[in-house]
Amino acid sequence: MSGVLIENISKFYFANGNRIQALDTVNLVIDDGEFICVVGHSGCGKTTLLNILAGFLKPSEGKITFNQSNSTNSLENDIGIVFQEYALFPWRTSIENVMFGLEMKGLSLTESKKIAQQYLELVHLGHAANIYPHQLSGGMRQRVAVARALAYDPDLLLMDEPFGALDAQTREHLQSLTEEIWLKTKKTVFYVTHNLSEATYLASKVVVMKANPGRIYKVIDIDLPRPRDPLSDEFVRIQRLLNNSIKDDDLTGKISIGDYE
Amino acid sequence: MNNSYTSAVNEGGNISRNNFRLSITWLIENSIPFLVLAIIWEFIVQMKFFPPILMPSLVDITSTGWRMILDGTLLQHTFSSVTRLMLGFAIGSLIGVAIGLVMGQNRMAEKFFLPLLSALMPIPGLAWIPLFILWFGLGDLATVAVIIFSAALPVAFNTWTGVKSANPVWVRAAQSMNCQGHKLFLKVVLPGSLSMIFTGLRIGLSQSWRALVAGEMLSSPNWGMGFAIFDSRQFLATDVMLVMVMCIGLIGFLIVTVLFGIIEKYTVVKWGMLQEVGA
Repeated sequence: MSGVLIENISKFYFANGNRIQALDTVNLVIDDGEFICVVGHSGCGKTTLLNILAGFLKPSEGKITFNQSNSTNSLENDIGIVFQEYALFPWRTSIENVMFGLEMKGLSLTESKKIAQQYLELVHLGHAANIYPHQLSGGMRQRVAVARALAYDPDLLLMDEPFGALDAQTREHLQSLTEEIWLKTKKTVFYVTHNLSEATYLASKVVVMKANPGRIYKVIDIDLPRPRDPLSDEFVRIQRLLNNSIKDDDLTGKISIGDYE
Repeated sequence: MNNSYTSAVNEGGNISRNNFRLSITWLIENSIPFLVLAIIWEFIVQMKFFPPILMPSLVDITSTGWRMILDGTLLQHTFSSVTRLMLGFAIGSLIGVAIGLVMGQNRMAEKFFLPLLSALMPIPGLAWIPLFILWFGLGDLATVAVIIFSAALPVAFNTWTGVKSANPVWVRAAQSMNCQGHKLFLKVVLPGSLSMIFTGLRIGLSQSWRALVAGEMLSSPNWGMGFAIFDSRQFLATDVMLVMVMCIGLIGFLIVTVLFGIIEKYTVVKWGMLQEVGA
């Protein structure tokens, strides 16, 4: 059982003498093999939560437990991350990028090469193994990044708006590729996005977050059959539900006083 | 999406096929300013503003150059100069890269070295030569010392900048795959800052080259291009001076532009981290 338990996580910053609460007592259970999408407006703390899961930030309060290792330190756990920006190493070819994590695990060169090639083929980039990242299109780079994160065989895959910078068509293509890979590999995925249709398409569970202070507002399970049809009534209904949960934020009082003080 | 991959490859092929024609065009374009300069020079010589012994014609310079090639003196001067340069530059850039990397990694080191670098950077290497001659005596050591000094400063400064400006996402990505300590440094920080390190090395090398010529003039070794220029002054051998000046320019150009151009072509340019200069 390789789930993750997030208990009472809070995070504050101090800026100009003011205490800013980025996250307020966040509780969440991530089950093994779940595809969790976190949605919310900017400032709702979704990326902060991801960074805490990744171990880049320390929570001010609360703790995260990785069931696999029973450890609370993210850096001790096998976590794969796909960033929004292109985080590929420009000095390594596609396959060498995918091999990075395998080298870190101490695998032999031949073995890493073999596994890396398999993962490149998983993202349909087997033919681009010896190309440098700057020669690849944006969508292809993110596919290599996905292959790199997966080849490391992480217990938890974090994705921070991975396709946010891509054009709509490429984005759609990569969404269905992501689904296909998730169905094949059964990885636990924690996926941050602000795109509600993307969340509805991919998630088995959507976490809606709100700002001021950053907190979990709603958790919605989606058990539509896959692949999902974005034009079906059910799909549209769920997307509307998400849209309404997010919208409340703008319409109800929260913004009025706190923000302008 | 397959198309963009193949087109990248095709472009690569075309570039190498066109390389030869491009470099001919490049050569012609860049020769024109020097031709104009040569014509103006010859014109002034013919006008006899200066006596011919002070301003030799291009024919005289060329024949002197040819004589110096044949009797081996040109080679001997060049060889001693380049040896000194390489020795000083190798030591200086190693020190510079080391200091820069430590500064980029460690806040204490940064606080310690940054004020020193900022204060020492604006001082021309030439200013130290008399002092170094007093300390290390006339000859090679003083010259090499000033080269080390001239190379180390810009290399350290640029290396530091490179480490600081290397994309933090690379470091995070590596850390998430359990890459830490010296592995993180060797596999990510170093290649990530390589293009800035090369910039530093280029600047360091051209500074070293200047320091070398100045150092040789003052510390009077037996051989060396700077020494040859200074020594010719006693014999009014302006032709020798000009041969050496041109030679210094040419070798400096070859080392800095051609050597670094090749090194960069197979590293940072290949990785798309630096646009090819002039491309």
